[in-house]
Amino acid sequence: MTALVARSLAAGYGARGVLRGIDLALDPGMLVALVGPNGAGKSTLLRALAGLIRPTAGAVTLDGTDVATLSRAALAARIAVVPQTFDTLFPFTVREIVALGRSARLGLFARPTASDAAAVARAIDAQDLGALVDRRLDALSGGERQRVVLAMALAQEADVLLLDEPTAHLDPAHQIGIVRRAAELARSRGVIALAVLHDLNLAALADRVVVLDAGQIVGDGVPGTALTSNLVARVFGSGLAVAQVSGRTVVLPR
Amino acid sequence: MTRAAPAITILAVALPVSLIAGILVGAVPISPGDVLGALAGTGDPSTATIIRDLRLPRVLAAALVGGALAVAGTLLQGLFRNPLADPYVTGTSAGAALGAVGVIALGGDLAATIVPLAAFAGALVSALAVWQLARLGGRTTVLTVLLAGIILTSFAGALVTLLLFASDRLSLRLRAVLDILSGGVAVRATSELVVAAIVVALGVGLAIVLGRRIDAFVFGEETAATLGVDPERTTITVIGAAALLTGAAVALAGLVGFVGLVIPHALRPIVGATHRTLAVASFLAGASVLVLADLGARSAFAPAELPVGVLTGLLGAPFFLVLLVRARRREVA
Repeated sequence: MTALVARSLAAGYGARGVLRGIDLALDPGMLVALVGPNGAGKSTLLRALAGLIRPTAGAVTLDGTDVATLSRAALAARIAVVPQTFDTLFPFTVREIVALGRSARLGLFARPTASDAAAVARAIDAQDLGALVDRRLDALSGGERQRVVLAMALAQEADVLLLDEPTAHLDPAHQIGIVRRAAELARSRGVIALAVLHDLNLAALADRVVVLDAGQIVGDGVPGTALTSNLVARVFGSGLAVAQVSGRTVVLPR
Repeated sequence: MTRAAPAITILAVALPVSLIAGILVGAVPISPGDVLGALAGTGDPSTATIIRDLRLPRVLAAALVGGALAVAGTLLQGLFRNPLADPYVTGTSAGAALGAVGVIALGGDLAATIVPLAAFAGALVSALAVWQLARLGGRTTVLTVLLAGIILTSFAGALVTLLLFASDRLSLRLRAVLDILSGGVAVRATSELVVAAIVVALGVGLAIVLGRRIDAFVFGEETAATLGVDPERTTITVIGAAALLTGAAVALAGLVGFVGLVIPHALRPIVGATHRTLAVASFLAGASVLVLADLGARSAFAPAELPVGVLTGLLGAPFFLVLLVRARRREVA
């Protein structure tokens, strides 16, 4: 079984340490929400898990292999990242963007194979983009564009799907939609999925919530046990209350 | 690719048509029959000289310069994710011109191989500098690229003036320097054309091979990395290819502005944004456009010749202004 594991991980930018002593094991088949206040190190942890930054201590391993030893192309075949920004001034079509998910599998001189085309088609289908394939990305709504970049990541057919604030540019209905899609993908395809989220109520839709504060993990578990009143008050300040409404964890202003 | 195929076919036909037009038209009227005769090596010797030694090299050089600048513009626009980048506005051409003028100041001849080499080196240094400057603060925006270009262009311009001021040798060769700064296509030796053709072929080949990697930069370097493309290696190779193309163009024609900016920009809505297709289409269109522009520059005040750079500047600068206003509106919106 695939496992993405961070062990005694420390990471940062230059001399500025952001993360320290992170121990985290991610298992397939569930969506993990990564939450925490601004500056807690959520995006840094996602970057370290994706092999985009080198740890200053500890390591991130994928099935026992240190991700720092893998090439960019080898990493992209295993770990897909849904980017936070997806704006372009160029008229790329939806199909062209989704096909970028195959970049790592194509040599400099190779043409896309039938399996590349099939992966792109599957990703387009999975995100219900069939009617939009020839439309320009910049002509789509925010919610549609978010689905396109999710499809791009799906076309990588990786074992790990990391989403960096996938709800940042969306209205509430689409925010819930994208988190549900990610959870559904994790469960149906058995991939490892982690999403950095700001909204604790969206995080409560995930199967597991990891709470980060000042570069350390301070809470980890199913939403009901990770997001306790005490922890939420300690990490996010006293302005929030946690309630259980018909079996769901809900975070409200106090 | 489907929507691009007809456009590329038309452009592939337009290039030879432009080349023929460029050979047929000139200060001395020569009938098409005599032109054919001269090309075939028969007919009047003075006509043969005009066609084979003057017009043919000039037209081929204009095609190489236009194609090279348009492909360099495609590469720089893709790399900076900025439709307003090209060798001219990023200061890459100015760096190449400084290299060429520097070599002339040291005693080099314009026809010598050292001039394109120096132009390439100047282009490479300034393109790398723009890239570094534009990345200050972590992300590149349309404006940081342009600001970096202005800084480099002014700096290179000041150095050229300083060289003119300080070098006795250079003040004796003002004509050569003016040729570079005003942007006129001039072929001084066949070897120059052959070297430029090889360099441009290499640059265009690199652009075609790298096209898909450049596509992966659409959402930034970090996303390129997660898609499996090595951002540093790709960036350095793309800058190297753009510098080769700019160096060859500046060595042949000096500072010809806005071709690299306008051509890819105008083609994108027609052939799409993928860089492999765009590079091919840009080469064909850039070559045709500069051959025709040079034809216009030669004919407008015949028998005096207007440098083609003046014409592209007159037409290109207003176009650039319109694009800039539009880009700003979109950024604000």
